[in-house]
Amino acid sequence: MTGVEPILSVEGLSLAVPRGRTAMLPILENVSFSVGQGEILGIVGESGSGKSLTALTIMGLIDIPGARVTGSVRFRGRELVGLSQRAFRPLRGREIAMIFQDPMTAFTPVYTIGWQIDEQIRAHSRVSRAEARARTVRLLGDMGVPDPERAAGRYPHQLSGGLRQRAMIAMALSCNPSLLIADEPTTALDVTVQAQILELLRSLRRDYGSSVLLITHDMGVVAQTCDSTLVLYAGNLAERGPTEALFARPGHPYTAALLDSIPPLHGVRPSRLPSIGGAPPSPASRPPGCPFAPRCVHDHPACHDSRPPVVREGRQDVACVLPGEGRSLPLRLREAV
Amino acid sequence: MAETLLSARSLRKDYRLPRGQRLRAVDDVSLDVHAGEVLGVVGESGCGKSTLGRCLLRLTEASAGSLTFEGHDITGLSERALRPVRQRMQMVFQDSYASLNPRRRIGDLLAEPLRVHPDAHGRRRDMRAIEARLAELVDLVGLTPDALARYPHEFSGGQRQRINIARALALSPRLIVADEPVSALDVSIQAQIVNLFADLQARLGLTYVFIAHDLAVVRQISTRVAVMYLGAVVELGATDDVLHAPAHPYTSALIAAVPEPVVRADKLMPSLRGDVPSPVNPPPGCRFHTRCPVARPVCGQDAPTLRAVPDGRQVACHFPLAG
Repeated sequence: MTGVEPILSVEGLSLAVPRGRTAMLPILENVSFSVGQGEILGIVGESGSGKSLTALTIMGLIDIPGARVTGSVRFRGRELVGLSQRAFRPLRGREIAMIFQDPMTAFTPVYTIGWQIDEQIRAHSRVSRAEARARTVRLLGDMGVPDPERAAGRYPHQLSGGLRQRAMIAMALSCNPSLLIADEPTTALDVTVQAQILELLRSLRRDYGSSVLLITHDMGVVAQTCDSTLVLYAGNLAERGPTEALFARPGHPYTAALLDSIPPLHGVRPSRLPSIGGAPPSPASRPPGCPFAPRCVHDHPACHDSRPPVVREGRQDVACVLPGEGRSLPLRLREAV
Repeated sequence: MAETLLSARSLRKDYRLPRGQRLRAVDDVSLDVHAGEVLGVVGESGCGKSTLGRCLLRLTEASAGSLTFEGHDITGLSERALRPVRQRMQMVFQDSYASLNPRRRIGDLLAEPLRVHPDAHGRRRDMRAIEARLAELVDLVGLTPDALARYPHEFSGGQRQRINIARALALSPRLIVADEPVSALDVSIQAQIVNLFADLQARLGLTYVFIAHDLAVVRQISTRVAVMYLGAVVELGATDDVLHAPAHPYTSALIAAVPEPVVRADKLMPSLRGDVPSPVNPPPGCRFHTRCPVARPVCGQDAPTLRAVPDGRQVACHFPLAG
């Protein structure tokens, strides 16, 4: 964590949606984290873990009727939970920008890329068309789009996936936001293009001083890009801490098992992959205790009564009872490649 | 030397596009699949790996080239004549949900191939034989017998992929072509399914063509690997050779671009600039020369052919890095 005051500070964020007439179904439960100035924080989890909904909740974009958001989201000291849509509008795009997995659906197909970025610039600042276009072309160039002037005049479908994602990032950065939320920005891209986009995201901190909240399912992407990492499981925090420490010595059995289940690209090929049995619970079938307990090899009675407390373990915060019982997880062996 | 189960020679697949353009999805691919091996096929999107997989089973008709299965030329066989062969070669697809009719029960879905095809003696299978086989199948893929009475939507993605595998196994095939069978699954589930593929192979003596974009997954399961770029195989050899000491600069760049779940001081750096060129207008000469870090003038003129290098693997490069 760099800087004194975090850009974004999320405290006990919960999201529940109505189920039937009276019941509320918890989707996110008590999630806390912060993003410092110029920091890249990765939120990682499997499908259904709540990582995308965390981003949408922060952005005030949950439009499920009757949904209840509790807890606190402070952005540069300002509380966002409960903010009206009207008050949100100047923030979105200008202060907090978001990029999505599929740039094809995020751009409208009927206008050129340049038109759409110009519009975004002109919506938030009083500049002429010519000034806006000049800024657009400069941004596209900065994002590594070859021949940016020509690219600005093209329609989304005329660009490759990698170029569309660069254009999308250019649009997100057009108003110099202090926080960029990137939701699976490289998932639809091939690895050779993904490596380019990840390098671009890392360079944003240097060139634009941006803080980035990177949402991904890929532990490799997190390891290569993020300063700190938050692991979500079934809408709950499993573990949070500096990426290096978390990967070298995961404190939560879920993090450890997740890392083990990824086949290695180098070193010894295991004859069998260590896998996690079963599947994550749906929001309606989360157990009352630790949500990971039914799949955990360390499952024991202490895991079953209530959500485990978040405790300090090494350099991480871990939602598990093991550290409190003096039974920390061992150092990962696979690290030694 | 193991028996050659399936052999493709100069396989080509062209798609006609508007305005007289042509997309060559598979360009002159020749390869052998040996009995009992797992041949991994890797490459980025649009490299033609899925089209190749479909052409190998004649689910898509190749534009040119020949196919031999168990020593018999199956290139020109009519659909009718192909039927008995089809029992011995099956496919598993990426989208486990789209592959299963949502309105039919699992038991019904698994029984269909058994009803359509006769048994080993050429006779129709009776109800009892089918039920016995269904029980075996669910057990093979690690599901419980009550799965047979349920519908596809009642299962998670990983379980649905188990059902697809069971259906592919119903007729006891020798060859299974699996096209990105685990890429839609979360990693914790992916590991279960990769293990299942490996277990079934060992237990039933199966042969796989395992198509995936994920190098680590392919490395985990494959004995040999074919790397494709813009429709052509650029490197083919033993998994450990190809992935540990790549000979083709593209293979090397592909490996270098994989973000590994390990934190090192030196972060992942882009190994290649730009995107894959359009397969509609592939570059002249070596199709990789526009992005190749070691390209020389000759690469833009002469297309290298896939040829054997001393260590036994095949490489399509004028200046291979290893071998």
